[in-house]
Amino acid sequence: MTDQLYHERIVALAKARTGDGRLTAPERTAQRDNPLCGDRISLDLTLDAAGRIAALGHKVRGCLLCQASASVLSAVAVGRDADGVAALRADAEAALAGQGGGAYEAFAPVAAHKSRHECVLLPLQALTDAIVSRQ
Amino acid sequence: MSFDHSGLRAQFPILNAGPGPLHYLDNGASAQTPQAVLDAVLAYETTARANAHRGVHRLAEAATDAYEGARAEVARFLNTPVDEIVFAGGCTAAINLVAHSFGATLKPGDRVLVSELEHHSNIVPWQMLRDRAGIELDALPVTEDGRIDLGALPRLLTERTKLVALAHVSNVTGAALDVPEVAAAARAVGARVLLDGAQRAPHGPLDLPALGVDFYVFAGHKAYGPNGIGVLWARAELLEAMPPFLGGGSMIGRVTLARTTWAPPPRRFEAGTPPIGPAVGLGAACHWMASLDWSAVASHEMSLVQRLLDGLGEVPGARIFGPAGLQRRYPVVSFLLDGVHPHDVAQTLDGFGVAVRAGHHCAQPLMERFDLDGTTRASLAPYNDASDIDALLKGVAHAVRTLR
Repeated sequence: MTDQLYHERIVALAKARTGDGRLTAPERTAQRDNPLCGDRISLDLTLDAAGRIAALGHKVRGCLLCQASASVLSAVAVGRDADGVAALRADAEAALAGQGGGAYEAFAPVAAHKSRHECVLLPLQALTDAIVSRQ
Repeated sequence: MSFDHSGLRAQFPILNAGPGPLHYLDNGASAQTPQAVLDAVLAYETTARANAHRGVHRLAEAATDAYEGARAEVARFLNTPVDEIVFAGGCTAAINLVAHSFGATLKPGDRVLVSELEHHSNIVPWQMLRDRAGIELDALPVTEDGRIDLGALPRLLTERTKLVALAHVSNVTGAALDVPEVAAAARAVGARVLLDGAQRAPHGPLDLPALGVDFYVFAGHKAYGPNGIGVLWARAELLEAMPPFLGGGSMIGRVTLARTTWAPPPRRFEAGTPPIGPAVGLGAACHWMASLDWSAVASHEMSLVQRLLDGLGEVPGARIFGPAGLQRRYPVVSFLLDGVHPHDVAQTLDGFGVAVRAGHHCAQPLMERFDLDGTTRASLAPYNDASDIDALLKGVAHAVRTLR
């Protein structure tokens, strides 16, 4: 059961650390903590003139699932506006409900582990905070 | 007395309930419950359930007897007068009670001394007291091997310090406090001492008056009892001088619309209908613990700690966070695996039937001090055996192989 959770693709996503590293001149920044386990993500954005994500960087102090989720997010976030980020979050929530999940399909085995759902959602919560904030 | 390990293990129904083997090493979060405790609670709920200290009918008398009998069992376990035992909702509730009621006797500028390794329940209530009453809060540092650094006592313990509130045993590192040294130093400046005994009480009876401290708290569910019950012990003169925390039924002498007088301790601190069933269960748990040969149990638990330390010592990239040996420690062991997050270690162990805790263990200041994301923690109880440790080590090897 644990090996199903930590399958090859999800481990590879975590190890890829896509988007790892803070931006030098971010226009938006957000930080999110999971108070239950202490996982933390700091996330930076720059936006284009239309309010779409132009660049994203992050620093994750968290588990493999959180790292993998941040990698997915970094791979698909550029070019999205707030509605696009909401759609991405809907994909993640669908994966955690065992109903597909688009870019987050690899997280389907997490559906059975409710205590780990927040690990997957934490980067998306930070991204949502960053894109809707007015800084 | 002797220690029949297989007989003791058989007293815990959940350990053999399946599915599959259960290697329960999360006792520091919540221990399992022996049949004797389950029987006591069931007997109360089916033969004596009523409100305590209120009715005159047969069941009310039985409920009062059961509740006060539980208080007497706890007092025997702690070697204290029975009227010095206050039942609270848990260990956190007990500390909050002290922070409010003893805290009400403090003045702005008075100081409370905690440490960097405290559980949040022994930090946050004092921060809240600081913010509401103007006291000041100091923290003893922690040594590299996860002990409270008592070398800092002369610097941080002053005549303005009114309370020293420390973990008797760390819930992260398992390190045991040098209580006589703390008690002597506190006494020299007139400060009181509160010990958070959440991780110590599950490892055998105590002699609190001999410890030289003033307040002691522990939780029922970590000491083989039910949830929803905890204990505050305090010296009678302290309880007598403290105002109540919560107001309501039971804690009063007389109520008029103009004013209310307080009941004497311990009832002054037990407003409302108490958690009678959980108290009965905790009384049974104390009775059960007192029936064990703790010299033999401690020897057994420490042999398992040694097996765990030795096994982890052979895992490349594994590091113990806490005392490296068996001296002045209890069977709580935190460790780190390079390149594998503690949550992923714990999740992998679950696949091997091993229950451990991972994360910050409600000790975020300690994690921050050592720049840790968290640790993986194995916490042992008398029913654990070598198969539990070996299953953990097998799971750790698997985590290293697949996740690093």
